[in-house]
Amino acid sequence: MKKTVFFGALTVAGLAAGVASAATLDDVKARGSLNCGVTTGLVGFAAPDANGVWEGFDVGICRAVAAAIFGDPTAVEFVPTTGQTRFTALASGEIDLLARNTTWTMSRDTDLKFDFVGVNYYDGQGFMVPKALGVTSAKDLDGATVCIQTGTTTELNLADFFRTNGISYEPVPIETNAEAQQQYLAGACDVYTTDASGLAATRATFENPGEHALLPEIISKEPLGPLVRHGDNEWGDIAMWVLNALVSAEEMGITSANIAELSAAPTNNPEINRILGTEGELGAMIGLEADWAKNAIAAGGNYGELFEQNIGEATPIGLARGLNAQWTEGGLIYSPPFR
Amino acid sequence: MSTLTDPPKPKFRLSQLIYDTRYRSITIQFVALILIVLGLGWLATNTVTNLKALGKDFDFGFLSSAAGYDINQMLIPYDNQMSHGRAALVGILNTLLVAFLGCITATVIGVIVGVLRLSKNWVVSRLMSVYVEGFRNVPLLLWIILIFAIMTESMPQPRDFRGEVPEASMILGDHVAVTNRGIWIPRLGFTNSLSGNEAVVPAEGVPAVSQGGIDWAVLGIVLLLSIFAIRFVRNRASRIQEATGVRPTTWYQQILLLIVPTGIVALFLGMTVVEPFLKGFNFTEGTHLRNSLIALWIALSLYTGAFIAEIVRSGILAVSKGQSEAAFALGLRPNRTMNLVILPQAMRVIVPPLISQYLNLTKNSSLAIAVGYMDVRATLGGITINQTGRELEGMLLLGGFYLLLSLIISSVMNYYNNRTQLRER
Repeated sequence: MKKTVFFGALTVAGLAAGVASAATLDDVKARGSLNCGVTTGLVGFAAPDANGVWEGFDVGICRAVAAAIFGDPTAVEFVPTTGQTRFTALASGEIDLLARNTTWTMSRDTDLKFDFVGVNYYDGQGFMVPKALGVTSAKDLDGATVCIQTGTTTELNLADFFRTNGISYEPVPIETNAEAQQQYLAGACDVYTTDASGLAATRATFENPGEHALLPEIISKEPLGPLVRHGDNEWGDIAMWVLNALVSAEEMGITSANIAELSAAPTNNPEINRILGTEGELGAMIGLEADWAKNAIAAGGNYGELFEQNIGEATPIGLARGLNAQWTEGGLIYSPPFR
Repeated sequence: MSTLTDPPKPKFRLSQLIYDTRYRSITIQFVALILIVLGLGWLATNTVTNLKALGKDFDFGFLSSAAGYDINQMLIPYDNQMSHGRAALVGILNTLLVAFLGCITATVIGVIVGVLRLSKNWVVSRLMSVYVEGFRNVPLLLWIILIFAIMTESMPQPRDFRGEVPEASMILGDHVAVTNRGIWIPRLGFTNSLSGNEAVVPAEGVPAVSQGGIDWAVLGIVLLLSIFAIRFVRNRASRIQEATGVRPTTWYQQILLLIVPTGIVALFLGMTVVEPFLKGFNFTEGTHLRNSLIALWIALSLYTGAFIAEIVRSGILAVSKGQSEAAFALGLRPNRTMNLVILPQAMRVIVPPLISQYLNLTKNSSLAIAVGYMDVRATLGGITINQTGRELEGMLLLGGFYLLLSLIISSVMNYYNNRTQLRER
């Protein structure tokens, strides 16, 4: 009997030791693919195309990280998450990286034990209404029925906005963007509120986008960015510097068109050389190959290219760069130097 | 007399723990107990280790911090500055509401369909079979979503009720508005409320009418007293019947007792019917039955009703044919036979499986997630967990709530079952 207890205790100790997390990078490498959490479908940011291949602005981040690790942008397993499931998925280790229009807030960074690795889209919460309603300001929305994705910061902002303005509303909680779209188009809610970029992306998929208007009020700051679990700083660094590499690449003029040429031999610009791994040891410093950033940028292009291809003004979504222009052009997109 | 000596006791050997049937069961139970304790211990250590690895503590303090989100269907006053605990309570009441409504409707549907399925009318019994098989064999979630989709997609929007020639109009003599946001029905209110007319004037020319929490309580107490009085009258009538063989006519006394006191109190409180009317984006006043509630309620009732129908049918069939034949031979009419002979015996068979159907319905109400009904899963188990990151605490509370609710329902039903069981003498 003593033996049983002893073995039992040993098992408990062994299993308990097993759950103590190993380094995420090692797990990802052993698995051979990156598990990346994305939305359940928001055109322009993350949605599968006609062939079932995920594409979009957030998907581009996932692919860049996968390319930096494996040299292969397709080594990604996309895990669709809703506003409610995303944090549990990340905290439980089901996904390694969450790139899903997630707002960087203090409580998420501290209390929920996540680390935001940067901002890939500066956004704010807006309202979309059918033009037929004749509403021109969010303050006219007294008594309106509002569709809202549950479990998001927009839910809290909405409550605050209506409370500060002393007007009432009827919230209709919705799980996914697709459901919200269906409810909104059926007229089950007067207003749909979420991040302005999400509204633009949703409106672009409507049959008659011209019949719907975005109200002028932007009621919140929504810095959207990818995030990882708190505690594994090496892994956080990789995600952070892949994002920075994409941003720096745009600043330095490294594009998917000229990257092969620039990385073939050292150029005159030492920072380009350091990013592309033709000079210095930056790759070894974050535990990756020397050409990590080259692969990341080659995966889908630099930050600006990703923006233009997926959500830029040439696409149906048609978002202007605005706050998301490079700092050199009056925007907020800024990467620390590669040195 | 010679003394008998005991046969020498065989010495206890360790191998007897396995090979001796007297000790084997104890050994097995002991090993099983240790394994269970170890299993539980492992779960606990694992949880503690993982929480530590994530840097999280175990704390229910979040329940008293401000929730910050709004809930559309509230049975008690709530706003977004109140605590997460209050939000959880609002959700709990919403769960109880849909479970209560669902259990009643499912029972009514189930009893009617169960009896009709035994009908000798071929068309009726076949139709009921189609209903039972159709609802039993298609997942509940699909029914919920189907009913919700029909409500949102095919009903008119509130603004269609507007204009010179509106596209849609209120039904049942302009009293009920069926829209794709739910159904507005008239409600009862009090113009002379005991709690004061705290209600704001809903629109120009419309008087303020209070919802009246205290008023309903007063009315309820008066009604309860009336019912006691009616029982007294009935008991007295029975006593007279037993003594003299003639039952005095009391129906008018009973009706008067039921109506007059309650009516006087209602008149004093100024009870009126408040009609819903269109204001701004939506209808206002009246009672708003949201799409999510309707979809969940109807789907749960129809689905569980199909199971209850089968339980009722089996209960009736379980009563032997001799019972009804004997009742007929005594000259009882068919409906009295059903009420006095068949059903009381059928209840013995019906009630125990009925309990588990009620429990199923209550737990299935958490499928509210599909239509955004703000039940306890959506408030405490959804938004609160998401905003505070207290998954473990929230899920434990949620599990505890459903466990407690199920235990209460089954103990109430068991009490009822013991009451209605036939006692053998």
